[in-house]
Amino acid sequence: MNQLLTDTLHTAPITGTIVLALVVIMINALKKDSLRMEYWVSLIGIAANIALAVWAFPLRGSAFAGTVMTGGFASLTAAIFLVAAGLTIILARDYIAKIGVNFGEVFHLILMAAVGMMTFAAGTDLVVTFVGLELMSVCLYVLAGISRRVLKANEASLKYFLLGAFATGFFLYGIALIYGMTGTTNILAIAQNIAAYKSEPLFLVGAGLLFVGFAFKVGAVPFHMWVPDVYEGSPTIVSAFMSTGAKAAAFSALLLVFTATFDFSHSSMNTVFAVLAVASMIVGNVVAIAQTNVKRMLAYSSIAHAGYMLIGITAGGDVSLAGVLFYLIAYVFTNLGAFGVTSIIENAEQQGTDLENFRGLYYRRPLLAVLMGVFMFSLVGIPPLAGFFGKYYIFMAAIESGYTWLTIVGVITSMISVYYYLRVVVLMFFQTAEEGEAPKVTASGTFALLVSAAGILLVGLFPSIVLGWMGGLF
Amino acid sequence: MIPHVLNFILFLPLIGAVAVLLARRSDNAVRWTGLVFSLITFVISLALYFEYDPANPAMQFVEKVSWIPSLNVSYHIGLDGISMLLVVLTTFLTPIVLISSWKSIEKQIPAYIALMLVLETAMIGVFASLDTFLFYVFWELILIPMYFIIGIWGGKERIYATVKFFIFTMVGSLLMLIAIIWLGYYASTLPGGVFTTDITQLFDIAPTIPLDIQAWMFGAFALSFLIKVPAFPLHTWLPDAHVQAPTGGSVILAGVLLKMGTYGLIRFNLQLFPQSTLEYASLLSVLGVVGIIYGALVSMVQKDVKKLVAYSSVSHMGFILLGIFGVTVQGLQGGLIQMLNHGLSTGALFLIVGMLYDRRHTRMIEEFGGLARQIPVFSTFFMIVTLSSIGLPGLNGFVGEFLILIGSFQSAVLGSIWYVVFASTGVVFAAVYMLWMFQRVVFGVSRNPENAKLVDLSAREIGLLLPIVLFIVWIGVYPSTFLSKSEPTVQRVVEKIEQVQRGDVFTTSVSPLK
Repeated sequence: MNQLLTDTLHTAPITGTIVLALVVIMINALKKDSLRMEYWVSLIGIAANIALAVWAFPLRGSAFAGTVMTGGFASLTAAIFLVAAGLTIILARDYIAKIGVNFGEVFHLILMAAVGMMTFAAGTDLVVTFVGLELMSVCLYVLAGISRRVLKANEASLKYFLLGAFATGFFLYGIALIYGMTGTTNILAIAQNIAAYKSEPLFLVGAGLLFVGFAFKVGAVPFHMWVPDVYEGSPTIVSAFMSTGAKAAAFSALLLVFTATFDFSHSSMNTVFAVLAVASMIVGNVVAIAQTNVKRMLAYSSIAHAGYMLIGITAGGDVSLAGVLFYLIAYVFTNLGAFGVTSIIENAEQQGTDLENFRGLYYRRPLLAVLMGVFMFSLVGIPPLAGFFGKYYIFMAAIESGYTWLTIVGVITSMISVYYYLRVVVLMFFQTAEEGEAPKVTASGTFALLVSAAGILLVGLFPSIVLGWMGGLF
Repeated sequence: MIPHVLNFILFLPLIGAVAVLLARRSDNAVRWTGLVFSLITFVISLALYFEYDPANPAMQFVEKVSWIPSLNVSYHIGLDGISMLLVVLTTFLTPIVLISSWKSIEKQIPAYIALMLVLETAMIGVFASLDTFLFYVFWELILIPMYFIIGIWGGKERIYATVKFFIFTMVGSLLMLIAIIWLGYYASTLPGGVFTTDITQLFDIAPTIPLDIQAWMFGAFALSFLIKVPAFPLHTWLPDAHVQAPTGGSVILAGVLLKMGTYGLIRFNLQLFPQSTLEYASLLSVLGVVGIIYGALVSMVQKDVKKLVAYSSVSHMGFILLGIFGVTVQGLQGGLIQMLNHGLSTGALFLIVGMLYDRRHTRMIEEFGGLARQIPVFSTFFMIVTLSSIGLPGLNGFVGEFLILIGSFQSAVLGSIWYVVFASTGVVFAAVYMLWMFQRVVFGVSRNPENAKLVDLSAREIGLLLPIVLFIVWIGVYPSTFLSKSEPTVQRVVEKIEQVQRGDVFTTSVSPLK
């Protein structure tokens, strides 16, 4: 009993968020017109859980019979997902009212998805990892289709579900093969004999299938097919959450399994990572140029960014781990911001997210345009914004591991990306406003965007704040 | 001595930018706030000139604060004789630009002035950085304000021009980023070494890089800087950007931004990679000479005065390139003084073209004529600046070009007089295209009745041209005021390379590659 209590306490951000999610859904069930209350309870609860994550940070260890990590890495990633969830909820409040799906379940589902993400990223037993993955994914399938009268959203939800199920199959099959080879699903136990397993074809196939499952979730080429359609079709705040929280969760788990635990450096697996990284960077950045819809453009951009982070996975080692985590933090703020602006531009029919709708935005909504500019420049990687330092760190890790050629591919594709990110800026600032109504900006939406922009600047100007945490992850 | 003077100079404009955005009460309040901040910055920066001690070989006005300890990155700034002069040039031109935009910028005034001030901070930062990471941050930061200045306040084709400017610069700088990271990594592979981005440490470390890799590093840096200079054949962004930019943008672009390229070549290519410098000096000098002639020939056929001035920049910057890669004290000194000259003369030319454009809303040579009788004060200033740009003895351009040609003539690295022979033709061509343009615009008979309505310069316009003309004459008559400050620094740069040429002192270190 005592042990159970300690374990519950040490995995505080996860357990705390479960409680929070349950409270929110209970309020929804028991009280009429409770949206406002659920909103505030969610936000306060998230803040409390972030505090718990900070508190748990030094409690490095494992809980629940070695199936879940506590403290360090688990706390840091939990905080990332909670920040993403919090900002999503703030953005969601006015957005769901606008598109007419103002149900309290939205908050509940976002919170439960966050629980899934935290479990996904903290699991040291592949079965727990899998449970986390599924919890996250199922919540997101529902969220993607939440505006059930919109055809595009239905399509997105179904597509996401089918391809997600497919990915799950790979993932499970990989776990099964690894279990068959090693007799355990605990990655720490496997890691002890990794040198021997590394040459076993069965284990490699298992690990490869596991990686395919991850690659689906991070949206790396060639497993990226679902990304554009789902990001475009889903309600914008859900796309925001998927592209930040879910992607960060998948990368965190990937880091935990493939970088922190299994040592695949100088093996054929590395070549696989490198190939996917290159393919993602090229396909993502080149295809993004042709997009006319901002959500779709951001989807391809997110594929490209998955490629940059895969450079870090390829390089391996502690520097890469820190680099990818840093990149994730930068990316969460940046992409939430970019999707957030898009969600404000969008109209009640969930349309109006084309590039054209950004034309002359600066002359109608200067603050919104300036913020979007910050997000775009951060995605390009212009210092002193966070996106720059993320790239710097990953490139540094790659060069130190001898992957200079990957960084060259990285910078060349970055040059390509300049074009489409700048196009948004060009439209907003250098073209005159068209006739028509200025998008309605709300206080809460502006607040979330300002927080994102402040995060980008803070993390970009003082990266040592974040890097300071990287020393005590494990 | 003012404590932390360089910090003040670096951040005052940035604070000014914030103040400008807060002072939104009236357009004039905004203009004055910006101007006052830039003037204070200039006045303080004069202290740099007076307190800089040429006899001291170390970096001066140094500030060093650890920034990202785990990567050994620090906020490390300081000046030597070369960068000190360029910082003062920057602080000198910024108030002039702000005054020049007093009337001609009509929309989004606070944003324009704030961007100019952010730009000033970034430019000073580029010249003052003693850390490659910090340098890169400022180098890239330049892009954002300039991008908006051209894009929002530019001419008809501004979007094409500004995107081209941005992408060209990014292409170069991203490769430079890899080189910067690689340098830091290389330092960590040396016995007892750590990852570092400190330029003063890299000065000693970088020359030990194996020659084949050094060539790549040299290339990555050089590409980035040559795009910025811009050297032929990477210059195509320049005429577009110059022509489309508003007057203030053109002045800053020509006056300071192009200098960042040549400054970078001296600071990084020459000082970090002396062996590769020797190897590629003649190639880069050829690019310089080609630029001189090409720029001059293209200038000759321009119908638009602004475009003509833009192409003349390519020609002038070619001279600077030649001066730098002759690797002689005279050549480098000439190159440096030519950087100042070009900032003053071309800056003034853009101002004058801007004044003409404000009055007539055209810049076509054929539209004008007979201005000497109509607006004599304007024509007088125009003439002085034109003559300075041509290189008339007694004015600044002559000093720079003369030193460069002497330097290249004596250069052991180039070892051929043909560079000078061809470069000298550029001087002749310059006289042709500038004087021909001047003659058609200012003399003869007016070809358009509109010209009769032209009014002469206002007190504000005279006030902003006078200081420039003062320095044009000053440098022309007594260049030692400036050259004496930079000479010891330049000598050290040249000595280091000559040392390598003589005895390969740096190549004896262990091979660092794992």
